[in-house]
Amino acid sequence: MTDLAQLVPYDEALSRYEPVIGLETHVELGTATKMFCGCPTTFGLEPNSAVCPVCLGLPGSLPVANRAAIEFTIRIGLALNCSIASWCRFARKNYFYPDMPKDFQISQYDEPLCTDGWLDVDVDGRAFRVGIERVHLEEDTGKSLHMGGATGRIHGADYSLVDYNRAGIPLVEVVTKPVAGTGVLAPEAARAYVTELRDLLRCLGVSDVRMEEGSLRCDVNTSLAPHGAADWGTRTETKNVNSLRSVERAVRFEIARQAAVLDAGQKVVQETRHFHEDSGSTTAGRSKEEAQDYRYFPEPDLVPVAPARDWVEQIRASLPELPAARRARLQADWGLSGAEMTHLSNAGAVDLVSATVEAGASPAEARKWWLGELARRANESGTELSQLAITPAHVARVSAMVRAGTLNDQLARQVLEGVLAGEGDPDTVVEARSLAIVSDEGALAEAVDAAIAANPDVAAKVRDGKTAAAGALVGAVMKATRGRADAERARELILERLS
Amino acid sequence: MSITRDEVAHLARLSRLALTDAELDHFAGQLDQIIGAVARVQEVAAEGIPPMTHAVPVVNVLRDDVVAGCLTPEQALSGAPATEQGRFRVPRILAED
Repeated sequence: MTDLAQLVPYDEALSRYEPVIGLETHVELGTATKMFCGCPTTFGLEPNSAVCPVCLGLPGSLPVANRAAIEFTIRIGLALNCSIASWCRFARKNYFYPDMPKDFQISQYDEPLCTDGWLDVDVDGRAFRVGIERVHLEEDTGKSLHMGGATGRIHGADYSLVDYNRAGIPLVEVVTKPVAGTGVLAPEAARAYVTELRDLLRCLGVSDVRMEEGSLRCDVNTSLAPHGAADWGTRTETKNVNSLRSVERAVRFEIARQAAVLDAGQKVVQETRHFHEDSGSTTAGRSKEEAQDYRYFPEPDLVPVAPARDWVEQIRASLPELPAARRARLQADWGLSGAEMTHLSNAGAVDLVSATVEAGASPAEARKWWLGELARRANESGTELSQLAITPAHVARVSAMVRAGTLNDQLARQVLEGVLAGEGDPDTVVEARSLAIVSDEGALAEAVDAAIAANPDVAAKVRDGKTAAAGALVGAVMKATRGRADAERARELILERLS
Repeated sequence: MSITRDEVAHLARLSRLALTDAELDHFAGQLDQIIGAVARVQEVAAEGIPPMTHAVPVVNVLRDDVVAGCLTPEQALSGAPATEQGRFRVPRILAED
């Protein structure tokens, strides 16, 4: 374990060293079937029920590549501004590990399908262009359970149990070029890149990009060099970074750790490190000394892939409006500043606000609820906004009721609470909780009279011209009507009676 | 082109094969001969001839993304030396550090 006392405070580390980061992101494609056979890719099936002779590597079986997976990879490459290879091959990556029953993984090595592109990301309002080195296609591995030992980890395990349902699911790896020049914003830049990539992949419809289910996984490379140094430092590769927040924390931790190593006059060891969600720290992984020797060679069981140029152009023409372009359009439509749009984007609220506006709310109303009350609720329950049990249509309906004067903001919050609690749609909640504003003048007048009668001292002050004191009477009316009175109208009635 | 005894030892380690010294000597010699024989192909004057991938030049053999039949878990596990909880049971992966 790393001694946490040996970390250099982040800002101090950045005052002496310049970080360079790089990201390798694995994405499980959302095809119906695996990369080289017709087994389904459904998540959560009974162990070893989505397997066949091909993905189990049984003798005599032959792989055949999935056309949809090739097309999805080309879509990703085009959206990332890459060149698409006119001819490329798969390669065998040989390694001794039981997560692939064949004892090798079919991947791409020196002939990736897509190369040399870029993705623009927004970091705290600053635009960074992240270079894309390559996008290649491979197959995912099986899942292992490590049994025995104290930790459930591979170290110290007595044996392992393997489920090959995931083995062979098409997996795309997106590799960035080294990202330099982010300085102190390196952790935010790493997170912003993965966020943008995730949104892009979702928009392309090629993956469900669920980090918690492992359909999007990140390895984060970090290195440090003294300011002004001619060469970059030695990098470490942190694996197992499986949330957006973790991407940021992993970079931050590695910068603090490597700065301490360099400050002590030691050298950073080029190694694989593991990220630990609980402590936010990284520890050295197993030695890669031998594992690096993958003995790649062209996969003899598959023929080359040579995407026809007209097919590639057809795919390019079918690309949807990409998130960056869409954000720019919505920002203009909604009349927001860049910072406001970034805030909306970081909160994961762009799609929700857009859908709420489509359902009839104004952009200001939609933003107000999603970034205010609902963001607070999501934060409290530790979930994403999009995971809340409320739809844009519900929010639009609540907005409409506020606009019509049926609800005030306080009542609207109660309606939202009811919808979130599963009490039904907004109209049902208003009905069941009797939340609509009391529009009946008679009922309101009764409440006003009762408030005046119950607070003679206050009423006297108002009669003497201290109209500010009327607030206490309005408060009493609101309390009596459980917040359902129109406060403005109540004030008018009070002042009329006490004038 | 030749292969050294050290390289054979390295390959044996990658393949988790426990070879004795005598076997290493024996296999290194044999592999060296095989590689020597195959290396003769490189003596062919192939200037300007691109390497072939397969005997017949074919590209884009692709399948549609349509689910086909799988094995049942029982069938899938039937050839496994050991199973547990519907999974393949394999020996310890990493040696103790």
